[in-house]
Amino acid sequence: MKIVINGQSAVVAEQISLSEALANYGARPPFAVAVNGDFVPRSQCEIKTLNEGDSIELLSPIQGG
Amino acid sequence: MDSFTLYGEQIRSRLLIGSALYPSPSIMTESIVASGADIVTVSLRRQQSAQAGDDFWQLIKNTGLKVLPNTAGCHSVKEAVTLAQMCREVFATDWIKLELIGDEYNLQPDPFALLEATKILLDEGFKVLPYCTDDLVLCQRLADLGCEVLMPWGAPIGTGKGLLNPYNLRMIRERLPSHTLIVDAGLGLPSHACQALELGYDAVLLNSAIAGAGCPVTMSHAFRSAVEAGRYSYLAKAMPEKDVASPSTPTMGMPFWHQN
Repeated sequence: MKIVINGQSAVVAEQISLSEALANYGARPPFAVAVNGDFVPRSQCEIKTLNEGDSIELLSPIQGG
Repeated sequence: MDSFTLYGEQIRSRLLIGSALYPSPSIMTESIVASGADIVTVSLRRQQSAQAGDDFWQLIKNTGLKVLPNTAGCHSVKEAVTLAQMCREVFATDWIKLELIGDEYNLQPDPFALLEATKILLDEGFKVLPYCTDDLVLCQRLADLGCEVLMPWGAPIGTGKGLLNPYNLRMIRERLPSHTLIVDAGLGLPSHACQALELGYDAVLLNSAIAGAGCPVTMSHAFRSAVEAGRYSYLAKAMPEKDVASPSTPTMGMPFWHQN
């Protein structure tokens, strides 16, 4: 199935967990994740199952004013 | 210099500094150190494949300073709340500099969305530092919600114009005497920071004025001195302004007094 990670399309297995999808993407800590605009705490990433068309935001620290 | 309180924590430096826009990572680090700041602002963005983000975060951690994450760039309550939640997890702090932009041209905060997001985040246990306009009633409403810290702008972000409306800022200080007030954004010169402290503001938060200077490290020193000068000036209570001159040198014993 197709999902979107940080604006880029990706093809992943059906019923994949969020943590698996992040590992496949190569996510490096520290980061936080949102799916379809909702924050998903780190503790929930293992049990969160993705669906077709889900949009993941994977964010990490940057400079800020 | 005396400290100020930020949600129960004593903060020594009255200069909060941003981490963006510096010519290089090393100049960023030097500038932050030179500022004497206790708090540095940071943000979150999409993770890039390059190593740059990791290096930046390591540099910030090496400073040993407290971090204040922001929600810069958010235009809706939903975006700002989600980003705040993500910041809390990554940066392990309840502090959030809540930015909710209402107008793209001057990056003016949206007061209505700001109130809504502030309420949600306070209810979730965040310690909200709202970036707001210098509107007294807005500041009162934010205080009513439970904000212990308010951050009205001096001028639009990155303009360097200084305190565009000192009257408004003075009124907010007078009407909210027990709240921690920080002028956030729009400062360009150390004298602007000094003026904010002279008005009784507890601190200033700035980034572009240092990062955009010809020599950021030297400018950082200048702002550090300016906030100290402004604070001491406020504590010293300035003389009353008068319209008529009065001599400072004694006239008693003046030679040649009115000889002509």
